[in-house]
Amino acid sequence: MSDNNAQKSEHWHRRLLEGKGALFAVLTTVAISIGGIAEIIPLITADPDVEARERIQPYTALELAGRDIYVREGCYVCHSQMVRPFRSETLRYGRTWSHSEEYVWDRPFQLGSRRAGPDLHGVGKKYPDSWHYDHMRDPRSKTDGSVMPPYPWLLTWKIDTADIQATMTAHKIAGTPYTDEQIAQAGESMQEQGTAIADRIKTDLKLADDKVKWDDEIVALTAYLQSLGRNKPDEVVLESGDGSAEVSQ
Amino acid sequence: MATTAAAAAPLNQAAANYDDGIVKRFLIATVVWGIVGMLVGVWIALELAWWPANMELPYFTFSRLRPLHTNAVIFAFAGNICFTGIYYSMPRLLKTPMWNKFLSEFHFWGWQLIIVSAALTLPFGLTQSKEYAELIWPIDLAIAVVWVAFAVNFFGTIATRKVKHLYVAIWFYMSFVLTIPVLHIFNNLAIPATLTRSYPIYTGMTDGLVQWWYGHNAVGFFLTTPFLGLMYYFLPRAAKRPVYSYRLSIIHFWALVFLYIWAGPHHLLYSGLPDWVQTTGMVFSLMLLAPSWGGMLNGLLTLRGAWDRLRTDYILKMMVVAVSFYGMSTFEGPMMSIRAVNGLSHYTNWTIGHVHSGALGWVGMLTFAIAYWLVPRLWGKKQIWSHSLGETHFWIGTIGIVLYTVSMWAAGVMEGLMWRAVDADGLLVYTNFMDIVHQLSPFYWIRFAGGLMYLAGAVLMAFNFIMTVMQPSTGSAPAAAQPAK
Repeated sequence: MSDNNAQKSEHWHRRLLEGKGALFAVLTTVAISIGGIAEIIPLITADPDVEARERIQPYTALELAGRDIYVREGCYVCHSQMVRPFRSETLRYGRTWSHSEEYVWDRPFQLGSRRAGPDLHGVGKKYPDSWHYDHMRDPRSKTDGSVMPPYPWLLTWKIDTADIQATMTAHKIAGTPYTDEQIAQAGESMQEQGTAIADRIKTDLKLADDKVKWDDEIVALTAYLQSLGRNKPDEVVLESGDGSAEVSQ
Repeated sequence: MATTAAAAAPLNQAAANYDDGIVKRFLIATVVWGIVGMLVGVWIALELAWWPANMELPYFTFSRLRPLHTNAVIFAFAGNICFTGIYYSMPRLLKTPMWNKFLSEFHFWGWQLIIVSAALTLPFGLTQSKEYAELIWPIDLAIAVVWVAFAVNFFGTIATRKVKHLYVAIWFYMSFVLTIPVLHIFNNLAIPATLTRSYPIYTGMTDGLVQWWYGHNAVGFFLTTPFLGLMYYFLPRAAKRPVYSYRLSIIHFWALVFLYIWAGPHHLLYSGLPDWVQTTGMVFSLMLLAPSWGGMLNGLLTLRGAWDRLRTDYILKMMVVAVSFYGMSTFEGPMMSIRAVNGLSHYTNWTIGHVHSGALGWVGMLTFAIAYWLVPRLWGKKQIWSHSLGETHFWIGTIGIVLYTVSMWAAGVMEGLMWRAVDADGLLVYTNFMDIVHQLSPFYWIRFAGGLMYLAGAVLMAFNFIMTVMQPSTGSAPAAAQPAK
């Protein structure tokens, strides 16, 4: 159409722009910068969750270690952490929809992009600790016909207790309000929380005392999974799928 | 003159000075990594259909291999063909060799090393978990360094060019070279805790927004704009026709690069993100339809007067299928970013189908077409070893794409409807999530078959290339033997 015209008469943009590499590059950079600046900067400068950051406690040391395992294994590849504001979702997942304040200390965020398995933002406290132990060892022992692969190594691998202080320090530098005291006592805190979980698992499953230890990866991951949904806002009465009413939170 | 340079310029004497060695290396890397990436894709498709394929080994679980698949096909397969095409076409469009041979080599080996390091970290669970930005921080630094080397070489070539006017393909390459580092750097700003772990400076929804600003524009500026650049160079050359409209290319270029960057929040509809951000993302996604189809139409209409050659030329067939899939997936994408549609499609296999209509159709088919066109020229052979094998590749690849996308669309719509189904009393019809999961099984097997066919096509191509290269040399490239125009 215009190819021949373009050759006959020099268009202004051809003269002013398309022969000038540096100018073209600058204008392209401007064009690709505007959208990101307009959308992202306001969320940083006018943080909608500024009040929640005062109120909501960061993850404990053990939960944080468990969260790293969640990330390492790629749980987010198949599970979301985002209950959408649909009746069908609040019914299915037994909680109110996910609010942005619940994620304020999530680094990195774990909303996921695919639900090959169910959403997990309401899984905290839904099952006993021992359920997660059995489920990771053999998902089909807990859910008939589950298609999730087993993760038996989580039952034997140990968390890296030496790492946790570096982890918490990095979070602190990024802006998570861990105190120096919390970081110094991370080891004791992990042992305390982990021992309680390990004891519950052993009691439930009638396992020998040396079977589950506080520093097993499964214990840390369980601590994290049980924390999911902890900070959901107070909510009105929701109906669960089987018709009975239950109060969320 | 320069507007039709791509279509009209026969290989001239200057071509002898161009460094085609680097083009060959990038092309070999494209084919090798493409097959590896697709093989991992087929494997994880099998894992979804039949979980024991996870093999109870941490390194082979779906959850660790899926990022390996996406990184391999995006950065290794698609990335290497972009570099192949850029290193081939830049000197020919600007009538000057690439500015610095060392930087070209550094770029090639650095990029391949990054890919190898991805393959050696992701199966071991070393990941940042941000989609398409999973690689750990030391590798991210390496990516930044290699990209700077590439950018310096790219702009050095532009600075020393012998042709004043910058052909449209180069605009698109430029948006690729400039935007990727901006996205990469800002999405990966993180505080390292150990050598293999780091934590983003952003939290929660802000982290999510930055990630999907990156993630969506990785699609936009890694899988779209450089490929449009490749289309603008290789389609006119293969069709021996000038680009349909220069004016259309200007309008759709500027509209595309400006609008694309806003569209990321459509990945976070119905999330805790403020409504105004979600709505902005949706509106800009809808507007993107216009420049996207501008590119598609400019590509397809370039073939006016050459349609008869589709019967015999499998390279043109592949290009037409590629551009058509570009048109389809850039219609589907804006549609899926409408809230009401997204409410159904999000988190389902529909998204997987959508991505693969773009990836297998647009990116993959255009890559194959360019590779078939380049191999005899680069290695100085009269023609490809077997045209009928190329034709076979086209057909099994195309049927594979159709099986893949249609099965995932069906699976996605079905599971989305089942998730939300409520009875007359307002209660869930399918209270057990597993009842829905089990319905997906036949579709997962069809998808596996489709993926396997697509992979088989790529293997046939590799075999065809090996046989082509082993043919005795003719001493002159086919373009010289039958000059364009």
